[in-house]
Amino acid sequence: MLKTRIIPCLDVADGRVVKGVNFVDLVDAGDPVAAAQAYDAAGADELCFLDIHATHENRGTMFDLVRRTAEQCFIPLTVGGGVRSVADVRALLLAGADKVSFNSAAVADPDVLSRAADQFGSQCIVCAIDAKTVSPGKWEIFTHGGRKPTGIDAVEFAHTAATKGAGEILVTSMDRDGTRAGFNLPLTRAISDAVPIPVIASGGVGTLDHLVDGVTEGGASAVLAASIFHFGDFTIAQAKAHMAAAGIPMRLT
Amino acid sequence: MSLTALIDYESGNLHSAEKAFQKMAADLGEGTVVVTSDADVVARADRVVLPGDGAFPACAAALRGTGGLYEALVEAVEVKGRPFLGICVGMQLMATWGREYSDTPGLDWVGGQVVPIAPSDPKLKVPHMGWNDLVLGAAHPVFDGIASGDHTYFVHSYHFEVADPALRLAHVDYGGDVTAVIGTGTMLGMQFHPEKSQDVGLRMIRNFLTWTP
Repeated sequence: MLKTRIIPCLDVADGRVVKGVNFVDLVDAGDPVAAAQAYDAAGADELCFLDIHATHENRGTMFDLVRRTAEQCFIPLTVGGGVRSVADVRALLLAGADKVSFNSAAVADPDVLSRAADQFGSQCIVCAIDAKTVSPGKWEIFTHGGRKPTGIDAVEFAHTAATKGAGEILVTSMDRDGTRAGFNLPLTRAISDAVPIPVIASGGVGTLDHLVDGVTEGGASAVLAASIFHFGDFTIAQAKAHMAAAGIPMRLT
Repeated sequence: MSLTALIDYESGNLHSAEKAFQKMAADLGEGTVVVTSDADVVARADRVVLPGDGAFPACAAALRGTGGLYEALVEAVEVKGRPFLGICVGMQLMATWGREYSDTPGLDWVGGQVVPIAPSDPKLKVPHMGWNDLVLGAAHPVFDGIASGDHTYFVHSYHFEVADPALRLAHVDYGGDVTAVIGTGTMLGMQFHPEKSQDVGLRMIRNFLTWTP
């Protein structure tokens, strides 16, 4: 039976983890490679690096991080942030990323998903969708770190992304991100119901029950979280045990 | 000093596979692992690995279209009987036919066809993406230290329907049986990514590197 995945996400800027990672044994908590290794050892099912500045100047730094992580971690790594073209995808895959996530560029031109999927396969193309609630049951996509409204309906766009060739959708609720109030479950469920491909729930996790809700109520195939793991509130093992106790199939290591 | 060649036919991410094989070769203290698109290197390799991501027809065309690689692969595996491991689409290429987009002939090393995953439960998503637990169906040296229930990482939308059930060495459940490992003689294929399957995957890579069929 396929297991539900837990994906710790590391926000990276200029080669350093931004939110900080509180692991007991970590000498340098700001080093993404060290954090990735710690999560690998802790039983994370995948890892995600999000390049939050993603300026042209620091791309080299990101490639180096990805390369060094892939040398040490033998679980899948998704990299996102500033990905604009098929050439960007190729460069990240060559560095050692297993999946690459499009965000603003896919909103501006959904066909970039097709071009990337045609060349590298849908399995490595993720479409990240950042959405805000605009009215009950309606969610709009915002780009550029949530600053720029697009007028595009999030659920319709998710369907478009899947049709164009994305292999997975990463849904982040801008209303919930950083609040620790839990995933936006109606949004997650609406997108999960609208697409045939796996959906990763993101944004707002504060408790282990939130992770459970993302799967049972949101219909997500995977749950992504940052703060609750980085700040040591819970371990990956605690999260997995809690989800398993709630009846969700988990890979317990 | 034995040489393991990972064939680069410009299909997918070879960095992870290269690092995983090199790590295991280093642990064993024996052997060299190279990523190569040079037919001569494949021809003199002691072991051959065919990775691959993407669509069956594109991968098959890339393999056949690249400077003698296809001929070198067939020579090394079919004629010389060098131990072979296909990974993901590299495993699927061992089939008689790929039915992705169009009907494409494969290497026909293991009879069968590669068809879309069609889970009996419509709620199950495709691609089949994530960790699934293996059900071992036959004993094989590559499973040394591996047991049914161990998890490996899958990401694929098509799967291998094996004509002879005896050649399906392991499967997983995803709304029906999905072939996970195939094997015959000196040939092995894994639908999952051993290089992304942590200790379980690394163990199987290590087993492959010490396998003497």
